[in-house]
This record gives sequence, structure tokens and C-alpha cells, in this order.
Amino acid sequence: MTRGPRIGDPAPRPDGPDKVTGRFPYSSDLRAPGMLWGAAVRSPHASARIVGIDPAPALALEGVAAVLTADDVPGRPTYGLAVADQPAFARDLVRHHGEAVAVVAAATPDLARRAARAVAVDYAPLDPLTDPAAAVTAAPLHPNGNVFRHLIVRRGDVAAAAADPDLVTVEDTYEVGRQDPAFLGLESGLAVPAADGGVDLAVSTQFLHADRDQVAASLGLAPERVRLTLAGVGGAFGGREDLTLHLHLCLLALRTGRPVGMAYDRSESFVGHVTRHPARMWYRHRATRDGTLVSVEARVLLDGGAYQSTSAAVLANACCFAAGPYRVPHALVEGWAVRTNHPPAGALRGFGIPQVCFAHESQMDALAAALGVDPVDLRRRNALAPGDALLTGQRITGTAPAVACLDAAVAHPLPAPPDDDPLRRPGGTGLATGPGDVRRGVGVAMAFKNLMYSEGLQDLSTASVRLAVDGGELVATVHCAAAEVGQGFVTLAQQIVRTELGVDRVVLRAADTSIGEAGSSSASRQSWMSGGAVAAACAGVRDEVLARVAAGRGGRGEAFALRDGEVVSRDGGLRLPLAEVVGADPVEAVRVFTHADTAPLDADGQGDAHVAFVFTAHRAVVDVDPALGSVQVVQIATGQDIGRALNPLAVTGQLEGGIAQGLGLALLEDVVTREGRVATRTFQDYLVPTALDVGDVVATLIEEPEPGAPYGAKGVGEAPTLSSIPAVVAAVRAATGRRLRRVPVRPAHVALGEDGVAPFVVPGGPAAPPGVVTGPEGPLAKPALTDPPGVAELPGGEGGA
Amino acid sequence: MTEEQHHITLHVNGVPRTATVPARRLLSDALRHDLGLTGTHAGCEHGVCGCCTVLLDGEPVRSCLLLAVTAQGAAIRTVEGLAGPDGALHPIQRAFAECHGLQCGFCTPGFLMTTAGLLDRSPAPTDGEIEESMAGNLCRCTGYQNITTSVRRAAELLAAGQGGDPAGPWAGEDPQEPVAEAPLAAGPYAPPPGGGVPGEARR
Amino acid sequence: MSRPRGLAEAIDVLRADPAAVPLGGGTDLLVALRAGERSVRHVVALRRVEELAGVTTGPDAVDLGAGLTWAGMEAQVGATLPALAAAARAVGSPQARNAGTLGGNLGSAAITGSTLPVLLALDAGVEVAGPAGTRTVPAGDLVRGPGDVALHAGEIVTRVRIPRARGPQQFLKVGQRGSVITAVAQVALVLDLGARRVRCGVGAATPVAFRPRAAERAAEAAIDWDAVTADPDLPRRFGALVAADRPPLDDLRASAAYRRHAVAVLAERALARALAA
Repeated sequence: MTRGPRIGDPAPRPDGPDKVTGRFPYSSDLRAPGMLWGAAVRSPHASARIVGIDPAPALALEGVAAVLTADDVPGRPTYGLAVADQPAFARDLVRHHGEAVAVVAAATPDLARRAARAVAVDYAPLDPLTDPAAAVTAAPLHPNGNVFRHLIVRRGDVAAAAADPDLVTVEDTYEVGRQDPAFLGLESGLAVPAADGGVDLAVSTQFLHADRDQVAASLGLAPERVRLTLAGVGGAFGGREDLTLHLHLCLLALRTGRPVGMAYDRSESFVGHVTRHPARMWYRHRATRDGTLVSVEARVLLDGGAYQSTSAAVLANACCFAAGPYRVPHALVEGWAVRTNHPPAGALRGFGIPQVCFAHESQMDALAAALGVDPVDLRRRNALAPGDALLTGQRITGTAPAVACLDAAVAHPLPAPPDDDPLRRPGGTGLATGPGDVRRGVGVAMAFKNLMYSEGLQDLSTASVRLAVDGGELVATVHCAAAEVGQGFVTLAQQIVRTELGVDRVVLRAADTSIGEAGSSSASRQSWMSGGAVAAACAGVRDEVLARVAAGRGGRGEAFALRDGEVVSRDGGLRLPLAEVVGADPVEAVRVFTHADTAPLDADGQGDAHVAFVFTAHRAVVDVDPALGSVQVVQIATGQDIGRALNPLAVTGQLEGGIAQGLGLALLEDVVTREGRVATRTFQDYLVPTALDVGDVVATLIEEPEPGAPYGAKGVGEAPTLSSIPAVVAAVRAATGRRLRRVPVRPAHVALGEDGVAPFVVPGGPAAPPGVVTGPEGPLAKPALTDPPGVAELPGGEGGA
Repeated sequence: MTEEQHHITLHVNGVPRTATVPARRLLSDALRHDLGLTGTHAGCEHGVCGCCTVLLDGEPVRSCLLLAVTAQGAAIRTVEGLAGPDGALHPIQRAFAECHGLQCGFCTPGFLMTTAGLLDRSPAPTDGEIEESMAGNLCRCTGYQNITTSVRRAAELLAAGQGGDPAGPWAGEDPQEPVAEAPLAAGPYAPPPGGGVPGEARR
Repeated sequence: MSRPRGLAEAIDVLRADPAAVPLGGGTDLLVALRAGERSVRHVVALRRVEELAGVTTGPDAVDLGAGLTWAGMEAQVGATLPALAAAARAVGSPQARNAGTLGGNLGSAAITGSTLPVLLALDAGVEVAGPAGTRTVPAGDLVRGPGDVALHAGEIVTRVRIPRARGPQQFLKVGQRGSVITAVAQVALVLDLGARRVRCGVGAATPVAFRPRAAERAAEAAIDWDAVTADPDLPRRFGALVAADRPPLDDLRASAAYRRHAVAVLAERALARALAA
């Protein structure tokens, strides 16, 4: 066995060979003898009463095995990550376009789709609630009310600070559209009924145990009767944290007694999974004449769609990080996440921070312009450093290399001026842009984000490592329910075991629910949490191995260490091959890993709610054809805080991929709705960046090991998507002088100078909303807040500067 | 309601394969469902994402925009036909695996086939040519930089090799040792190599 | 499903079954079928019909087979019909360019189709064949509305004949991004130095591609044809006239205001480039 990569080495993916040969089994590739295929019946309306459902025309088709509706759910009729407010099937009321009303099983995928179309559903359409600002006072769409969460973060005294007449003030309103995860592997899976009355489900997901628990509750089964195995995942980005077809598959399998497979098509996927929260934001920044931030006021309104999903936690992130990575002595942030008749919004790479990052960085540029200072200097002057306090009052105890990220991003040499290749111009192959039609712009932005779960939420991961001898060779087997979604946890797990145990052959068991939970592959948390769990399990194995040696030698185990497959005495006098110690008696350890506790936020949004923070900065260079509004990204330079690069190959991949997603939100990606209905349902209109759109990425990794983190590493899955968004927009502004207060920036916004942003309307009317918020309770939800009197001092929402 | 069925023969990776399909069966569905060749992926089924790219008489085409019946008589090559008969990875496959040209890997078979078509036509492509050729394939994970690197590396490997046909099966002399030693996903329901249904005889 | 090998056979099949639909490269039809937007009982695949293949370049005209793919146009007419080659180059992805055909693009008559505006500017004639024989339809008369072509039952587009004209040709397209994108406006322009005519085709901005006749006349009158020069302000005025010719579409991809603006910019640039060539 050749020496495999250790921590810090560039490590190729263990699943690489299977993925390049087509052997790797994605969730859409699974087959079982005698299987049926499922398809959902979905509402064409955003809001409607269901008058009746007649399955007979579908059941009349030869080969149709079942049609299930809300009446066929044996357990809890609803599900949800934080609050179970989402029906397995709409019963009386449809609350969003694409909501499932029924599901069919048939002999072939084609027949299943035809049968789904044949189910006769009688709808009485209702006027959809599509304006999030109106949701607070509108008639409730759901027994839980229309406000998922209302949150205030108050620091210092904004009103008193504003009294200084020498301050420079900038104020504006910003909007963020609806970004889709647009993973390429569509939702799919296979459920197989089991002899014990339970069900085996192989599915693409980010969070196996949360899926299992929600499915089991609705099936009315004990959780251990629902056995989930991770099937090959074709990308996730947050869009697979919530249930999609899981429950429908299991219901069909248990009803028909046969394996059932199911796969969404793309148009179904656009209405069948959560998107990023569309946001409206009002901001006012005040600074002294020398460019020191004094106060930030912000209002953030998130459209959570028809069901809660993770809206409450997304809003907390948006509010806690509303001012960006800067020292702000006085702040007042008020946020709402509300229910509308749009499809649900939830987790997506960045989790609430991309929205506010676009706004706070646009504000920093506006402030620099108002002060007449360099935007980079303004950021450097106000950047957070270790020991500084956040808006929530929490002090940064770990690393905070904000300035190092910024300096690294702007230190990269600028790219060469536009060359003669017409295809490289903003007009691309359309040849619309001539050499004289190009203006170049440069923009800079920075951001920070929390790592792992916050606000006291339980956060743990479980891993087992088993060391055995197989054919004379040591083999370590790792088992962990962390979902590999492409980020490279499988690679990291092998690196950790090789590093800790010196064993090169490391086998990974499929992630499933036969082991304890690992939490979600989100919140940039798996390297820290499940990496920590694997390292801890390795330590357990090592301790047992050393104890064995010690037991055989009269209790002197502490004098030995494990090094490169050998047990070595401290003085080097004794070297025992590890394989000999393990022999025919494998060593196994299971460990649960947690991080330091976090606290809930209090009524003023104060508290040590977060574990650790990752910082990032981006500089974008774009070429723009101002007359047509076409934009070509030329280069994005980044300085990225990573603590330590555990696998430089994977880090680079995450940076470049994350930047592409940020650039997509900045310029291209928007799910457009009309009267609540999703109009953008193909990749012809939902524009995912291509190889021609992304430009060059140049990156500097900032390695300052984070205290308390396994190997000192920070998760880097989300940070690249944050400030890449405002950096690109700032560059387009620099090239054109346009205001551009909405992303994605459309050609018309640039060409015609009209970004379509309306003045911010405060939810619930011109005054602050009434005293008690009627949001539902739940693990992520907050106790009802009483509005403090200070809120009334916020301006009435006439946001336009 | 019975639909007219067609008995078709598709020449896939040099092997004639038969199937009975309705006229409207897409080539992508015929490959995946009727022939069990699930390495060709379906990411949008409206001809944009490129995951389903295969070579049809050497040209990269989208198999979701072709009817299976119209592909009769053409030489079809899928990702399953890239590696050599001994399992040796094709240089394009090696390059993507080694250069981190994939993360979730769902788009990868499409990129590999597009690359095969490109390098067949243009053995030493410029970066601009690579990016333009790859622009018909979406990748949501990598940001494309490592894909471009992989294509460049594949061109180098092919140039240094025995002058093999980039679009043909690789009869390399250097079988790659697989790094993974266990299935990383899906457990018992994974399709067996070469297609089919677990527990059922191959067609 | 039919897969005729010859034109006569194809026409026979289409005549025998009025519900039969001809299939070119499949880039439009199969998407519509898959999405359930169209339901077709009988598809006649034209890929193997020999009469639809090939390019003939004569002294007076270039004759293109309807089966020519975008990739084929790009490779074979770059020297003689640069505007058509540019339009082909601007279509979608490399894979789509290997599949989509000239005849299919004309026959599906999509609003965003790239060939029609170029054929308008090139003053092309479209040859169609059917049970009653072969006839030629001027490009401007071929499409009546989105998806609606002036073909009789059993007729298909077989060839496109383009008179050779001396003078510069331009094609410009704009979409929501530079490449691999559906057009929101496209402009083709030909300065026919022999006939001293300006011909312009505008596509994707209105339900059917059109020629802005008033703008063409104004430009023709303003150009000094001996020197092939004009007042430097002419392109701007020409662009404004083209954009004013008729009201543009307003849809998901672009507002009417943007389309009007973009058409003006593209037409201005097209004429300016042609005059500078």
C-alpha cells in the first residue's frame, strides 16, 4: 500500500475513479427488482382551496398501483426542520405553486407522470399573498400565523449617536432576488419496504437523521424502523436540508409493498425545493469625517414562502451579521421572516448572510464615496479584529484575519487590459460588443460568517473507527453519517485516519442512520464537527491499542505512541508493528464530538450565540458594455481565512465553486415569480454560470489556526459566496456609475439605469409592528418578543436616499 | 392504451445493444433505463445542462435531445466506454480525477465526453477554446477552473501517450489503482457495473 | 416514427398522416415534447434525407440544404455568408450547434430563432417541397407568427437560396449574458453595394422577425454609395428608426423598454461597423 495523503497534503477524492467511470451510484441510478415509480401531483396555483380530489382516472390506467393523498398519511400530517408546519400533502388548502397534493405509483416513470396528470383535482383559486411587507398584517395563511420570526439586535444607542451633526450619513434600500440551489442531480431516491414493517430509504440528502426523524413521525413509525442510506448526491448547497420526496417514497413503498423509485424533473425541482430567501433591506450608516463607523441601522425583510423551514435561523444570521465585519459601536437591526404564498425559502450557501452582505458592502462603498476616501481604506480602518465585539455583544475569542483577507485580495496583480478577442468581450459570441464599447471596473468587498449552528442549538457529530487486519494488512474503517455532497468530507476522513493512526488503507462505510447523528452538511460545519468526531474516534482506537500494549507489558502504556503503523516507545527502544498488536481482535471506538456551548439571543439580540467566525474578501474585475448592459467577469481575487488548509485541492475547489455561485447571484440567477407562480422553470431562463461566465479566480489562503478547531481549520464551504456578490456589483458600478441596488443585476438595470427598487415598506405599516409576535414556537424559533420603545425611533421607511 | 413499440439496436461503446421502446423514448432514457447505462446523467432534460452529453459518431451531442430510434446506425459512446477493457482509466478520466476536476461529480460524465470530442478535433486547445467548448456543460460545484486544468492535463497525457484516439476506448498500459475501497454511497441498490438491475440477470 | 431516406418518401409520409411532424435536430421539438407542451403521435425524422444536405456555392447564389446544422453553417459559409456564420456561432452550446438545423430553426418559427433575421437581410428565398411540388417562399413571407409557418399540409423546408451580394454583412445578438444564451434582440445587416440597398433583419424583439423598411430607406438615401461613407450620425439615427419600427415584446427575459433600447444599439453598431468595413 502506497502512502496516502495526510492532513495538509493535496488529496484526490476517493470517489474520483468511480465518478469518472460512471460507476458512482447517484440517487437517480438506483434500481430494485419489481420496483415501481412515483410521481407527485402538484398544484398549478399559488393559493387555492382544494374542492375535491378524484384519483379514479389515474387508477383506471393499467399499471398504476396507488394514488395517495393527505388521508393516507398514518402519522403526523406535517413535517419541518424546525417547526412541523408543512403538510405531507395539501389537504384543504394549497399555499404555494407546486405544493404536492397527491402522489402516484406506477410501473414505469412515464406512466407515473401520466397518471399524476390524470388525477383530477378541483381547485378554487384564491388571491395569493405575494408581498412580504403585507404579510404581517394580512389574514394568516396558516394556523401558525404569518411571521416566522421578528428579531431585534440593539447595541449602544443609535439615537444618541445620531445627534452628532458632523456625521456623514448614507441611506438606501436594497433587494436580493430568489436564488435556486440548482444542483445538477435532481431530487431522487428509492424506498424499499422491510420485513419488520419499516422501510429502507436511499436518498440524496444533506442531513440523514433529520430526514429519518421527520419521515418516521409522519409514517407513525419508531425512528429505528426508518433506515436511511445516503445515495450519491449531485450537489446540495442547502437545498437538500429539507424533506422533498422522502416521505412520498416511503408512503408509496409501504402502501404497495414494493420498492418505489422517484425522480423529479427540472421544472418540478424549481418548485419542489427551498431557495434562498428573497430580501428587501433598508440601511443607514453614519460615520465620522475621518471614516470611523459610528452607527448602523438596518431593516431586513425576508420572504420565507409558504412554510417555515429554516427561516427563523436564517433571519438570525441576517440580523446578527447585518453590519458586516466591522466595529460598530451603535446599531439597531430589525428583521422579519414572513410567510407568503411563494414556494418555501430555506437554507442556501451563506444562510442569510449573502443578502445582508450585498447591502452592507454597497453601503460601505456609498460611505466611502460620501467621505471621499478609498473604499479599501475605509474597510481596513473599521475591520473587526480579535477581541472586538459583534453587534450581538459577543467578543471574538478566535482568529479574525479580516484585514489580512482584504490585503491579500487587493494585492493580486490586476489582469491585463481587454484584449482583441471579441468573444472575451461582454457581448460574447453575440458579437454585440465592439472594442470601443468596453468599460472596465474594479470592486472590493468583504464579509464574515458564523461557523456551525448558533443560538444554543444542539450541535454534535458521531463517528466510529475500526481497526482490523485483513490479509496481513491494516485496514481502518470509518463510519459517520455526515453527508458527502461533493464537498470532500470522504477525502478528509481518510486523511484524518491516516494522520492519527498511520494506517494507509482507510475504508469508508456508506453514511447511514445505523450510527448516531452527524448533523447536517451545512453551516460550514462538517470539517470541524465530523472531522473532530473522526479524529476523536481515532484517539479512542489509539488509546485502546496503547492500553493493549501496556496490558501486555505490565501497565506502561503511557510511554508508547502510535507512529506510521507502529507502536513506538518514547525512548525509541521498542517498535511493535500495529498489525501485530491488533491481530485477530479488531479495535473499534465510537465518539461523539461537540463544540463549546452557544447561548440564545436575549430580547435585545445580545448574547454569545455563535461558536466561531470565518472571514473573507473579494476583488472583482469586470468588463461592461454600458450601452447594452452586458457584463463579463474578468477576474475575481480573494483572500480567504481558512485556519489551516487540510486539503488544498478541496479548499481551492470550494473557493472557486463558491465564487461562481456568488457571481451567479450577482449577475444571472433569479427565480422569477408572477402572481406567486414560478415562471422560471428551466435552465434556459434560470441562468447558471458557465465556463465563459466565471473569469479567472486567484486566491490567497490565510492560514491562522483557529484555537479549539480540529487541526485549526475553519470550514470554507460558504464564505466564498458572500462578498463575491457585492464585489462584482461594485465593479459594475465602477464601470458604469449606475446605482444598482438589486441583485441579480440585469442588463436593463445597467443600460437604462433603472434597478426597479421601490422604497422600503416597513412590515405592518409605517410604525413598528404591534407588540407581540405570533410566530410559532420551536427549536429554532424565539420566544415572542415585545417591541422595545426604541424601535419607534427608526425612520418610517422612506428609504430612498 | 397501447403505444407502438420499436425494436431498436443501438451501437453503444462498440457493442450492439437491443431494446424495445416507444418512438418518443429519448436516447438518454434508453441508455439509462433500457440499457442500464446510468453513467450518462440527466440534469435538465431540456438540452441546457450537458450532463447527458454522449458522442454520436464522434461528435458531442445531448442525448436528451435525441430520440433513441433516430440514433440507430450511429456509433454511440458513453462514459462507460472511455476506460480500457482492463479498467485502465482513459487519460481524460485520469486528468479529471487527479486535478480535482469534480466535486459532486454529477456533471462529470458530460464534461468527459465533451472533452473527448474537443481533444479529438483539437489536440492542443487554447484556454479560450477549452472554455468555449465546455460552456455547453454546467457545473455547480467547481467554478470550472479545475475543469479547465483537467482538460489541459488530459491533452498533455494524450500527447505524451501512444497517440490514442481521444474519443475512443483507452487501451492504456497503466491501470489505475482505485483509491476508494468500498462503495461510498447507496449500498445494495447501486446498479452493477455495465448496467442492469441488482439481483437480475443482465439483458 | 418514420425515418425516410429520400425527399419523396418524406413527403409521402407527411401527406399520408396530417398529424405527422417533421423533426430536424430536435433542439426545439424534443424539449417541447418532454415538457408536455406538445404531444406528437408521429415524428418524421429528416436527418437521413439526402436532398436536405449540402451547400452549393454558385456565381449568383449560395444554396443551403435545410439539414445543415449550426456547426455546418459556421464551418461552410464563413467566407460567403459571414452574417449567417456569425448567427450560427452565437447559437447555444457546442452540442446544440451539432444538432440544430437550418430547416428546423425556420420550421419551428420560434420568436428567438436566429436564422430568420439573417435570411431577411440576405433577401433569401426558402424552397419548400410538398405533395403539390416545389415552390419558393421569400424569407419575409415564411413565418406568420410564433410557431406558425406558411407551409401547406405535407410541406417541408428543403433548401435556402441566398443571392450573392457584394458588400459587408453584420450580425449582432444580445441576451442576458454574452454566450450560451437565448437572444432578447438580434440584428442582421447587409450593405448591398451592387444594388445600393441596405437590408436589415431584426429578430427576437417582436413576435416575428421583421425588416425595418423605413429605416432602410432612410439609410440608403443618406449613404454616399460611391465612397461607401455617411454622416457619422447616420448609424445613431438609423438605430432609432429601426427601434421605432414596431412595438417590442415584454416578457420574462427582457422588458419592452430594454428591447427597444437594445435594438437601437445593435442596429446602430451594425450599420457603423458595415460602413467602417
